[in-house]
Amino acid sequence: MSVVVAKQDGARHNYLNVSDTVLSWLLTTDHKRIAILYLVSVTLFFAVGGLLATLIRLELLTPQGDVMTSENYNRVFTMHGVVMIFLFLIPAIPAVLGNFLVPLMVGARDLAFPRLNLASWYLYMLGGLLATWAMVTGGVDTGWTFYPPYSSSYSTSQVTLTIIGAFIVGFSSIATGINFIVTIHKMRAPGLTWFRLPLFIWAHYATSIIIVLGTPVVAITLLLVVVERVFRLGIFDPQLGGDPILFQHLFWFYSHPAVYIMILPAMGVISEVIACFSRKRVFGYHFVAFSSVAIAVIGFLVWGHHMFTTGQSVYAGMVFSLLSFLVAVPSAVKVFNWTATMYKGTIELRAPMLYVLGFLGLFVIGGLTGLFLAALATDVHLQDTYFVVAHFHYIMVGGTIFGYLAGLHFWWPKMTGRMYPEGIAKLAALIIFAGFNLTFLPQFVLGYLGMPRRYHWYPEEFQMLHVMSSAGAALLAVGYVIPVFYLLWSLRNGALAGPNPWNATGLEWKTDSPPITHNFEETPIVTEEPYAYDNHHHVVEEEEVAVGSGASHAKT
Amino acid sequence: MKGVALLPESASDFAQKMDPLFWFLTAVTVFFTLLIAGLVLWFAYRYRKGSNASRAGAKDTDLRLELAWSSIPLIVGLITFVWAAKLYAQVYGPPPENALEIFVIGKQWMWHMQHPNGIRENNTLHLPAGRPVKLTMISQDVIHSFFVPAFRIKRDVIPGRYNVVWFTPTKPGKYHLFCAEYCGTQHSLMIGTVYVLEPAEYEKWLASGGEMRVGQTASSTGTTAGVATASLVEAGEKLYTQLRCNACHGVKDGTRGPSHYGLYGKKVKMKDGTTVVADEDYIRESILRPLAKVVDGYEPIMPSYEGLLNEERVLQLVAYIKSLKKPTQVAEVRK
Repeated sequence: MSVVVAKQDGARHNYLNVSDTVLSWLLTTDHKRIAILYLVSVTLFFAVGGLLATLIRLELLTPQGDVMTSENYNRVFTMHGVVMIFLFLIPAIPAVLGNFLVPLMVGARDLAFPRLNLASWYLYMLGGLLATWAMVTGGVDTGWTFYPPYSSSYSTSQVTLTIIGAFIVGFSSIATGINFIVTIHKMRAPGLTWFRLPLFIWAHYATSIIIVLGTPVVAITLLLVVVERVFRLGIFDPQLGGDPILFQHLFWFYSHPAVYIMILPAMGVISEVIACFSRKRVFGYHFVAFSSVAIAVIGFLVWGHHMFTTGQSVYAGMVFSLLSFLVAVPSAVKVFNWTATMYKGTIELRAPMLYVLGFLGLFVIGGLTGLFLAALATDVHLQDTYFVVAHFHYIMVGGTIFGYLAGLHFWWPKMTGRMYPEGIAKLAALIIFAGFNLTFLPQFVLGYLGMPRRYHWYPEEFQMLHVMSSAGAALLAVGYVIPVFYLLWSLRNGALAGPNPWNATGLEWKTDSPPITHNFEETPIVTEEPYAYDNHHHVVEEEEVAVGSGASHAKT
Repeated sequence: MKGVALLPESASDFAQKMDPLFWFLTAVTVFFTLLIAGLVLWFAYRYRKGSNASRAGAKDTDLRLELAWSSIPLIVGLITFVWAAKLYAQVYGPPPENALEIFVIGKQWMWHMQHPNGIRENNTLHLPAGRPVKLTMISQDVIHSFFVPAFRIKRDVIPGRYNVVWFTPTKPGKYHLFCAEYCGTQHSLMIGTVYVLEPAEYEKWLASGGEMRVGQTASSTGTTAGVATASLVEAGEKLYTQLRCNACHGVKDGTRGPSHYGLYGKKVKMKDGTTVVADEDYIRESILRPLAKVVDGYEPIMPSYEGLLNEERVLQLVAYIKSLKKPTQVAEVRK
């Protein structure tokens, strides 16, 4: 990519060392620092969610409830869901990687509304702390889906506090979404047309639209549960004259698109990493870009597939089923295009690329098992069983978390200025992949056998598969802990990264690592297509790249 | 660790029809997973940095490929959709006329079954093999879901409305009944057993009187075998008289209320001009919330029975009202 780049100056300040007071972090409006604030907070919440998962897997080692009471088990799986979804999966990639990279990738000095960006972190923390407070003062036992009338009229747990927490966190998402939309529309560098944007940006654009359109619906829906619970106004509870199915329509109108809020940003990461380590332009750029938009649009019309067994009309079920098959197509298109990107590339299996390969395998399984649930007849059997649990973990862990870890490793040198240690990072990636599959593959079988989800006690014939799953979870936990140590270690001891350790294209690699506060000395000017990797644009250089004599980046 | 299951029992007509679809989808999943994994690993090896495989002719877009890999998933999806939708329309569609009708009430945390002849069961359900069974289900509190894995059927059991599912058990045996919708503390203990009996065995079970009967106090421990004291309809009739429903709802349409004779399944015109088919849900709603839908030509004067009747008694009333035949036939019988 041909860009006017500032001269490098090693001794100069960057966004990290410009000031080191606590206040300078808490009051920062620098998108990169806010990304770091988010990184620390989502990691802490991930640890909480992970500990809760550990308790679940410990309890399920035996058919009887022996580690904890049913009451506590229900609280533990509910809070695992609430923490992981609202406080980790939804914000993880947009608020950490997106916050850091969107302005850098479009060549801007910051997001459009830096103070709104800081406010979003405070809202996130406030909501997160309220949810945590609810957790330590009794917890909540409704399941993360908060279905009434259980949540509104029967549960005696901290439903109201938890919902208010989730409600507030929703506003932080909306703030981030608005910031991305405006920034991508209005602050692109000269020459950076829509079809020169990195696919990471397309993915975040589509995600932001879903966030802005969907989050208000779930916010008001959850608030209505609180209204019914506190003021006994009949909205969802039939005993008060309400309709419990209405809640499910409203809830899934957001919460299905929320799945795409979690997965689309990960898809953006995959496009960047796979292009860099294949040293090729992403295959079918336009198709990959528009498939994100297609997913965002069709994704709003499939919510009823969560309700095939509720008694909604058979014909409504058919419409939602058909649309669910349609929304699978753009995801399939992406997978095929990524695979084709590797064809005749020059592939280097660095740690981020290992996560990408893991993502491809797991996302394919997660996506295809979604077909079982989009298909009406099979869903009748599989709904609310471990098959569903396995399916969405393949999408959310295999998809979102693998994408997040790919991105975190890929841009770690940019964020910190230091390289992570490659060998142990690859080892951790392999452990996570193995542990993940051992945890969740048996759950597909459990679901087909009929094991319902959210069961504290279970029939004895399911034990063997549960033990396998718990063993996998132990391995997975080990895999998650390792990066915490080596990434922290690398902050002081990692090799200096330099501006562009991967020889990657993209504006974020044209500036220092870590970047200066205002990102670029001069506004970059873009004159080339994205992903202008050597062996694609310069056939003459192909031989040189192929024999590995260094994939030096073409500079003009 | 007792026993390891890898395949679920298949004990209903629907299970036999659904399993081929399940295995078709499994084959699709395995095929595409191996395809993508194979390609990815092969490319990663063949085009590794430093390999001398030719990169000549590398492309970054190809419309024919894009069309191919858009349309193949679409076609597979559409085939699956049609296949699955047909089965779904059957299992949640109208049951056959000769179906055995059983009522199910879910409550935290037990299943209560009511057979037409008055037999009541808690957390067990006895069914004959080979005959269609229609379950009409309602919850007394939160949302539950009636799930028998061996039958591959599941239907949410919701407060405030009847949900119906039907199936034909095919294989005698003992099967799990689970609550599949999270319903609170003892959700995982809201389980039961479905016994599918040979028709002759089932007749014997019926004759023995099952576990409990309408008209006796429900006791979870006592198995009181004997002659049925009252069928569901008889219990409903008794209640109908007790509540004096017949004061306003006579054999013929009166001035205060329309007749219930021949009501079930009829199209009823409402005051607001709409038409409603008088199914179980309509009858139930009219008992509990009479003002929700007022029949054309009548004043909204009926008192509500909400809170006065539990779901069990509402069921008895509904069963009785359903049983009331056309005025002419009944009038003759009564005289």
